[in-house]
Amino acid sequence: METKDILVFIEQRNNVIQNVSYELLSEARKLVKQIKHVKFEVVGILLGNNLGQLPHDVLNHGADRVYVADHPELSHYSTLRYTHVISELIKQHKPDSFLIGASVIGRDLAPRIAARIDTGLTADATKIEINPNEENTSELWITRPAFGGNLFGTIVCPNHRPQMATIRPQVLDADFYQLNRPGIIVNLPYKPMEDNVRILNRIEKHQSGPDITHAQILISGGRGMLEHFELLDELAQLSGGVVAASRGVVDKGAASKDIQVGQTGKTVRPRLYLACGISGAVQHTAGMDKSETILAINSDPQAPIFSVATIGIVGDAKTILPLVIENLKHHKLKHH
Amino acid sequence: MNIIVLVKQVPDTTEMKIDPIHGTLIRTGVPSIINPDDMAGIEAALSLKDHYGGTITAVSMGPLQAERMLREILGRGVDQAVLLSDAKFAGADTWATSTTLVAWLKRQSYDLIIAGRQAIDGDTAQVGPQVAEKLGIPQVSYVESIEECNGTWLTLSKAYEDYSELLEVKLPALITTLSSMNTDRGMNAVDAWAAYDKPLALVHFSDLSIPETDVGLKGSPTQVKKTFTRSLETASLKSNLSPEEAARLITDVLIKTMEA
Ligand SMILES: Cc1cc2nc3c(=O)[nH]c(=O)nc-3n(C[C@H](O)[C@H](O)[C@H](O)COP(=O)(O)OP(=O)(O)OC[C@H]3O[C@@H](n4cnc5c(N)ncnc54)[C@H](O)[C@@H]3O)c2cc1C
Ligand SMILES: Nc1ncnc2c1ncn2[C@@H]1O[C@H](COP(=O)(O)O)[C@@H](O)[C@H]1O
Repeated sequence: METKDILVFIEQRNNVIQNVSYELLSEARKLVKQIKHVKFEVVGILLGNNLGQLPHDVLNHGADRVYVADHPELSHYSTLRYTHVISELIKQHKPDSFLIGASVIGRDLAPRIAARIDTGLTADATKIEINPNEENTSELWITRPAFGGNLFGTIVCPNHRPQMATIRPQVLDADFYQLNRPGIIVNLPYKPMEDNVRILNRIEKHQSGPDITHAQILISGGRGMLEHFELLDELAQLSGGVVAASRGVVDKGAASKDIQVGQTGKTVRPRLYLACGISGAVQHTAGMDKSETILAINSDPQAPIFSVATIGIVGDAKTILPLVIENLKHHKLKHH
Repeated sequence: MNIIVLVKQVPDTTEMKIDPIHGTLIRTGVPSIINPDDMAGIEAALSLKDHYGGTITAVSMGPLQAERMLREILGRGVDQAVLLSDAKFAGADTWATSTTLVAWLKRQSYDLIIAGRQAIDGDTAQVGPQVAEKLGIPQVSYVESIEECNGTWLTLSKAYEDYSELLEVKLPALITTLSSMNTDRGMNAVDAWAAYDKPLALVHFSDLSIPETDVGLKGSPTQVKKTFTRSLETASLKSNLSPEEAARLITDVLIKTMEA
């Protein structure tokens, strides 16, 4: 089987390229560098309408080549149309691997394509590496959590190409960028096709608070802080942070689902994650263990949160946090 | 309206523990449950039937013990159930699972197929879309509510990360449901009794005309290279700080981050 290159799905919504696509382009650059016996390129596939400058953004973020399908029927995601265009491209270009962000769109699209072209697909991965045991290989070893994060599995796809994976947003770094990076832009033909799914309306979910996925400091509370979230609110306000919560709290109705961290909540990666009264079940840590610094307060020295914490404090958060609040107020007074 | 619901029996992952010495998953004593997203699919099918009539068939591929789960589902008002069970199906990835389910589904007539968004054991969310593709029917995944059906089109709401879309899909179609979309009505006494008289068919590999190379572990393009549990990195754990000392430490880290 003659295959080449790493293909990356570039997801745009309202003509904004989603950050996970940039994360994948950066990762693909690292991977092609490690594949030494053959020269692989990083190739993007971008679908939409009136895309303007976007193909150049894809090159600047690490693609050597980008295939573009620009047509009014492609402006919004459509399972049928996107599957068709991308599957045709795969049959023609024959990529060795194909990476897709594990967003709602990515997880709708990727299995449909994998079924059409009959190849393997690893879902919702958190790590990709080249088979470390062999030389002259481009086989991907893709690691993902399963059983609610209790177990991790490394998945391979030995006999089918492309090897496909959806990768969870925010677990890889989007650290490649080069202004005016040269590359090839190829326009793909598109023939209109009737869709059997019609979009009637788009309903914005009202976001009741600030977005926890963009905060630098997260003050996060678990069931150990129930009925004391006002401490977290005050601390967040003083530190310029945002309050987050575990599912234990959200299920009790004490916090909104928007601020839930974890497997069924959001994946966050702040500079500081302060975990107060959170036990640290794997479903929770799956959403926050990439934070730069994790500070955990828990009264139970055996709490699993301590196994992911940078600094763990065994103690009562309800006594400690009021003191932190006093300290911060004091600090602010002194420095104004 | 004829509805087929795809259901899977899964271990209750909240009850799973890790063996701290061997770093392995302890599965013994972990109860088996109906996959939560599939339970929502069953309830969605029942309420569609309440409105528009028709029959509901629940289908599962899995070991014989899944029969018990199917009886529970029949006890909720589902009309019939089918269990695809064969040693040859074991170890299937999503490609092989969807191929097996489709081999059976191809011979059925249906207006709507409902799958769960994802199963909590594998967490892949792939089987639904792959079944739809192999049947050549449209799909809507991440369905959070069903609004109405006019016989040809089904109107529903799909959840994205930060917005929803109201969509219309042409039947026959496949949708995947989120566990949050409704609440299980449970079994009522009449249906619970009737459950034991309702048809529950067993289907084996030899009943499906597909090659052996398409099912189970052998038919799976992906393979599990290794499994492991998270290694417990030891944190710098402070267990003897006074509340004041702890507060000082936290304040310092906060200020450092705020001012960086
Ligand atoms: C499929 C699935 C998906 C899930 N997804 C998520 C998810 O996305 N996010 C998520 O968070 N969970 C998720 N969960 C749930 C998860 O397994 C845990 O049940 C949940 O995270 C527990 O929340 P908690 O830590 O707040 O509560 P608990 O487990 O009850 O922990 C409370 C902690 O607070 C400590 N404590 C009590 N009082 C104090 C005090 N005064 N000071 C300091 N410490 C104190 C206790 O020692 C304890 O460790 C999921 C579960 C499943 C099955
Ligand atoms: N063995 C199976 N038998 C019947 N349905 C299944 C099976 N595996 C998966 N499904 C369906 O596909 C959905 C998604 O599963 P998964 O792709 O494994 O996350 C589940 O919620 C079920 O509705």
